[in-house]
Amino acid sequence: MPAEDRSRAGIFLSFQYPVEIPGVSMVNFMRSAVNEHRKYKDLPALSASEFLKLMREKRAVVELDNKLANRSVNEGFSGGEKKRNEIFQMAMLEPRLSILDETDSGLDIDALRIVANGVNLLKTPENSTILITHYQRLLDYIVPDVVHVLYKGQIVKTAGKELALELEEKGYDWIKKELGE
Amino acid sequence: MSAEQQYIDLYSQHKTMINSHSTEVLNAKRSKAFEDFLRLGFPTQKLEKYKYTDIGKLFEPDYGLNLNRLDIPVNPYEVFKCDVPNMSTSLYFVVNDSFYTGMLPKAHLPKGVIMGSLKDVAQSNPVLIEKYYGKLADTSKDGVVAFNTTFVQDGVILYIPKGIIIEKPIQLINILRGDVDFMMNRRVLVILEEAAQAKLLVCDHAMDEKNFLSTQVIEVFAGKDSVFDLYELEETHTKTKRISHCFVEQSENSNVLLNGITLHNGTTCNSVDVTLVGEHANINLCGMAIADKNQHVDNATFIDHAVPNCTSHELFKYVLDDFSIGAFSGKVLVRPDAQKTSSMQTNRNLCVTRDARMYTKPQLEIYADDVKCSHGATVGQLDEDALFYMRARGISEKEARLLLMFAFTNEVVDQIRLEPLKERLHLLIEKRFRGELSKCEGCAMCK
Repeated sequence: MPAEDRSRAGIFLSFQYPVEIPGVSMVNFMRSAVNEHRKYKDLPALSASEFLKLMREKRAVVELDNKLANRSVNEGFSGGEKKRNEIFQMAMLEPRLSILDETDSGLDIDALRIVANGVNLLKTPENSTILITHYQRLLDYIVPDVVHVLYKGQIVKTAGKELALELEEKGYDWIKKELGE
Repeated sequence: MSAEQQYIDLYSQHKTMINSHSTEVLNAKRSKAFEDFLRLGFPTQKLEKYKYTDIGKLFEPDYGLNLNRLDIPVNPYEVFKCDVPNMSTSLYFVVNDSFYTGMLPKAHLPKGVIMGSLKDVAQSNPVLIEKYYGKLADTSKDGVVAFNTTFVQDGVILYIPKGIIIEKPIQLINILRGDVDFMMNRRVLVILEEAAQAKLLVCDHAMDEKNFLSTQVIEVFAGKDSVFDLYELEETHTKTKRISHCFVEQSENSNVLLNGITLHNGTTCNSVDVTLVGEHANINLCGMAIADKNQHVDNATFIDHAVPNCTSHELFKYVLDDFSIGAFSGKVLVRPDAQKTSSMQTNRNLCVTRDARMYTKPQLEIYADDVKCSHGATVGQLDEDALFYMRARGISEKEARLLLMFAFTNEVVDQIRLEPLKERLHLLIEKRFRGELSKCEGCAMCK
């Protein structure tokens, strides 16, 4: 399945290193994306005013300022802004499944809080989010329903949020031991 | 000398007719130009400047010429509805190479300004034209300039006297019109006296599905402290051949912007020569081409920093699709005394297919030692990472490519100092990339 179809079907993949696209404004980029998603669902394209209203609403989720619309996609964005921009795109596209790959890498405390807050706000009973991280820190803000440990490409342990705390304390070695390695 | 022969015969046989339908000032240059043409012939590809365009071949077919100056029945105001929305311009037409006097714009230009037929003005005010005509376009150096000077009978003059500022842009529409394959030789003379200001937008359109060949020589004299913008927009069809030479001379403290955009064409060969003769003169020379099918766009520029303290800024961008061919050669000469020159040249190109070809050649000749000169040329493809990023957000590959190509060309459009024209171009460029602009936008004929 091509990447664009996966996206339209409701999967959102955040990038660890979002790509800079000089010359393409955020507003054009998002309008194309939103309208392609709508086309896929047989919905009519949004009018310019509807679209701008939607952008305004969703921008608030990650506290991005209104200059964003005219800036080129990720160009000259700080690390924190890029990650916030990823969550902003997620908010715009309303995916059913989001995969956030190390969204916490390279974030300062404030940006981490904003990003986490955004993820929390977007949580509904109809969607799911897979958060990939190496640290407990992000989980102070985003409380997971389930924690999986992935080892050599397989889920080797599954438990509630307390597992993350246990890992923070004891490391991963005890799991390897449990597996008999 | 195969391509040349038919024109040599034509001139020899019809010299009297050509002269009788033109005027003294233009005729005065003809014999010398013809001698130069006899000697030079059409430029061959052995000449560095014409390496990528076979000029002689363009002249080989049999074209009709309107040496007799028969009226071409057309009312451009009726057939041509192109106007840049929200931009009020003083609109003028040139049908082939004749200035259209059937109906002139209602809004008059400021007193003293002359905008009209070169032939008519040369007749009524020969002293003015004589002073400038042919002074920059040296027939002894270029076969096409010699050819144009030999055959030209009319054209356009824009004269702006000292201190006059024309706020409203002047739009000049060149319409190529003919029932048979047709050639036209056009001349444009622009004179800005001290502190004069104007913006000129020239659009090329081809109205009939014929083979057209147009040669054009533009001479621009930018006086001390003058400000001049020249936008050239070509929107013709694939059977059009355009060979244009633009010569600019800039006096002290003058500020000139030249922006040549090839939106849709057949074969185009543009050459621009700018000579900075007064200190603190500034030239901003830009160009852009979008080509697909077998279209051919060749831009050769030459900036002569003859005196110190001048600045030049050059930016050319090409997007080449299908089998199209692009060429750019940018020569910058900084003469020994031209200290404190600042010169920047950039040429960036996208080859969208494997078959598209781009030839780029920056040429800097610097003989002064206290200067700042830079140049950069790239040929590349669209950024795959950016494409993937956009696709990951649900944007189709086709749309993503379009957005990137559009972004690529924007830099040149952003140099335009006329807001409505900028917006109009954004729209036209988008249409062009979507393949909706196969001929020209705005001609009622093509709709």
